[in-house]
Amino acid sequence: MRGPSGERLYGTTDLPVLLPAAERLRRRDRLERASGGPMLRLQAWHGLALAALVLLWAGVVWAQGEAAGTEQQESVIAAIWRWLPVLLGGFVFNIAISFMSMGIGTATGTLLGIMQVSELRGLRGSSWVVTQFFRNAPWLVLLFYCMFLLPFEFTVLGLTIPFPDWIKAVIGLALPVMANVSEIVRGAIQSIPSGQWEAAHSLAFNRRQILWQIILPQCVKRMLPPWMNLYAILTMATVLASVVGVGEVMTLTQRVLSAENRPEFLVPFYGFVMLLFFVYCYPIARTTQKLELRYAVKQ
Amino acid sequence: MQEIYEWFRWLNQATGINLTIVYDSYDRARMIDGFVNTIYLSFVCLGLSVVIGVVGAWLQGSPLKWTRRLVNGYIQLFRNTPPLVQMYFFFFALGSLMPRMENEWGIMEPILSNWHWAILSLSFFAGSFNVEIFRSGIEAVPRATVEAAESLGYNRLQTYMHVVLPLALRVCLPALNNNLVNLVKTTTLAYAIAVPEMLYVANQIWSDSLNVPEMMTFLLFAYVLLVGLLVHVMHRWERAMRLPGFGA
Repeated sequence: MRGPSGERLYGTTDLPVLLPAAERLRRRDRLERASGGPMLRLQAWHGLALAALVLLWAGVVWAQGEAAGTEQQESVIAAIWRWLPVLLGGFVFNIAISFMSMGIGTATGTLLGIMQVSELRGLRGSSWVVTQFFRNAPWLVLLFYCMFLLPFEFTVLGLTIPFPDWIKAVIGLALPVMANVSEIVRGAIQSIPSGQWEAAHSLAFNRRQILWQIILPQCVKRMLPPWMNLYAILTMATVLASVVGVGEVMTLTQRVLSAENRPEFLVPFYGFVMLLFFVYCYPIARTTQKLELRYAVKQ
Repeated sequence: MQEIYEWFRWLNQATGINLTIVYDSYDRARMIDGFVNTIYLSFVCLGLSVVIGVVGAWLQGSPLKWTRRLVNGYIQLFRNTPPLVQMYFFFFALGSLMPRMENEWGIMEPILSNWHWAILSLSFFAGSFNVEIFRSGIEAVPRATVEAAESLGYNRLQTYMHVVLPLALRVCLPALNNNLVNLVKTTTLAYAIAVPEMLYVANQIWSDSLNVPEMMTFLLFAYVLLVGLLVHVMHRWERAMRLPGFGA
């Protein structure tokens, strides 16, 4: 990069590999040189933080206005602020469900995925059938299936173990996750070059050792972006549990709305639930994109 | 036909497997309606979401900064919020703001019914994914091909319609198939706003006849069949559309 009089500027490059970043850096450098000091570097999350701060502040102001004893109807922001602990509690429950489903789904899905590349024909075929079946069935139908067909309590040796709705929801959501993880694992294993297998064979590793010590560790990196993507999808699917009556954020929102009984609250409250999920899922999506870019194989 | 109905009636008495949707004419009609509705909902949303994807991808390549930003905002919003919440937001929140109209019996009802909202929200949800899919396909079209079209005097829209899109479509078909399969599965969400599709009808039937396991199993297999059929057709299409020497 040349300065105004044609001299080379320090810290710039003409190399084509860095062009996208170089373009941005050059523009920033020019601005900084013009202003004679470091520029403020704003990013998307700054705006989000600002919006949250403004909302919070407005809520406090309104709540105080209420406390002052005006006879007006409560404002939307004050109502959201008042119900915030309830809604956030529900949202935390959603996240807890997603964690548990993801854990169960990943553990069983990994096994199923490894079974899909098994050398035994029957095992391979049956695990393929199971994977395809649960992958092609709608999440909501699987959830209904678990809700209605699992008993509400188990009796083992005279001991009664209750089986509440949310555990059934966790299992119902874990089934499609299992099938999707299975496909991710199978895809990753098959994407490892066969030279790795051959090299390990020639070093006298047996099949199990190759799989656990050589192939799977390499797969982890490739599986991470799709796995995170799946997690975001699962988190968004936890709302489905409200349809079958689990007390998560959507159920609570609807209860709050029917308790308030004010039609003008519908848009902000549903919008608020959307915002909650957006704030949680968007960073995951961004990270996934970045990881994908970083791990992308140059072709 | 009558023998088949009789056999299922006998099956119910002999084993307790109560498939009312086969031998009971009322339940059968309801289930067929639900099945047709699911297919109708899927097709309308498939078409609309593809249109949204194509238009969105075209707008995303626009030289105007704010058009691009708007499209990106739409994509990020719809990709990162749960489809069910979107549907509730559309139906309950936006639906409550819609003006009401008098129908032929003089009853006030909203302009947009639950059907409309279901179609709208599902199309926008799937469309947001389609935009990204089409964009990746468009990016895969070699720059030289676009330049060749430009040098032949095509304008931006013509290049897009006649050169870029046909090539991009072939590149993004696998990803598109995936998304469309997802869309068919997502149509079950319309249950939540009382659109009489298959899940909703099944729910009504098992409330009447108390045959939950049979109906659930039937539903699972019906959806797996439906999705399997779609996957098969799309694979055939993919193979038919293949250009030798282009794409993988």
